[in-house]
Amino acid sequence: MTSEWPLWEVFIRARRGLSHIHVGSLHAPDAAMAVRNARDVYTRRGEGVSIWVVPSDQITASSPDEKDAFFDPAGDKVYRHPTFYEVPAEAKHL
Amino acid sequence: MTTPRVAYALALGDDALVLAQRLGEWVARAPELEEDVALANIALDLLGQARTLLRYAGDLEGAGRDEDALAYWRDDRDFRNALLVELPNGDFAVTMARQLVFAAYQYELYDRLRASSDDTLAAVAGKAVKEVHYHRDHATQWVLRLGDGTDESRRRMVAGLATVWPYADELFQPDDATAALVADGVAVDPPTLREPWTSYVEGVLAEAGLELPEAAAPRSGGRRGLHTEHLGFLLAEMQHLHRSHPGATW
Repeated sequence: MTSEWPLWEVFIRARRGLSHIHVGSLHAPDAAMAVRNARDVYTRRGEGVSIWVVPSDQITASSPDEKDAFFDPAGDKVYRHPTFYEVPAEAKHL
Repeated sequence: MTTPRVAYALALGDDALVLAQRLGEWVARAPELEEDVALANIALDLLGQARTLLRYAGDLEGAGRDEDALAYWRDDRDFRNALLVELPNGDFAVTMARQLVFAAYQYELYDRLRASSDDTLAAVAGKAVKEVHYHRDHATQWVLRLGDGTDESRRRMVAGLATVWPYADELFQPDDATAALVADGVAVDPPTLREPWTSYVEGVLAEAGLELPEAAAPRSGGRRGLHTEHLGFLLAEMQHLHRSHPGATW
């Protein structure tokens, strides 16, 4: 039985205005039950206002072998960072 | 003194307490880790309801008994829960059948009790109705999947419903304590819950492709303290520690 339940990745949005953030994974027989299980496993202490679940096998991930080609070129391009701007105090969540 | 209002608060509180204890037995034994958590969550919701209701019963009684004294120092004949909630868990399908029957009842009950003229009962119901809405949904999802699943899951769901069905009737029977309170708008008249309950449960069973269980001789007695043999064992486990070590905390 255990091996038959597929794995789901769970994303929770903590508040309005924030993005859904990956919080973990769980097993469930289908999508509707996955949302309910996520509610019980990950939002018991009022952590969220919205839940997404995605079948784990539907996620395409970058390969560790491609790490250098993917990420190293960004390392020395300081001009891509918005560090030359004053961030207004009223702007939250940047 | 056991006034009708004390008896009513005890009945609602004992339903929640005994079912919480039963559901707690699933922890570490459910089919999946996720169901362990789900059933424990539901049990803790019920325990919270029981705590408030029993504390209120103790306050009204005025004999100095708090919710712990009522939970741990009464014997089975003093418990006023319906027989349904003390039934053994059986397999997962039996538990889901019991959950569907009870949560659908409790939802209709709390939904109406929010309008109670008793402020405490109305407040308990207002908070609990959202919890129970989820309990009903959880049971519904499982009855649909087991009923409309494999031959084996369907066989078990049919058997589970047949096991608990004779105990549903008691939930809708008027008793002396409740009757005295209905006129004052304190309590919900149990027979009025039967129609909305039936409508909901029949809808779930129809969607699951299940037939209504055959009518069986209804079983009752819990509201009068006449319980099945199962309650004594449940209480022995629940009360043992507190009675062996009065006042123990950890």
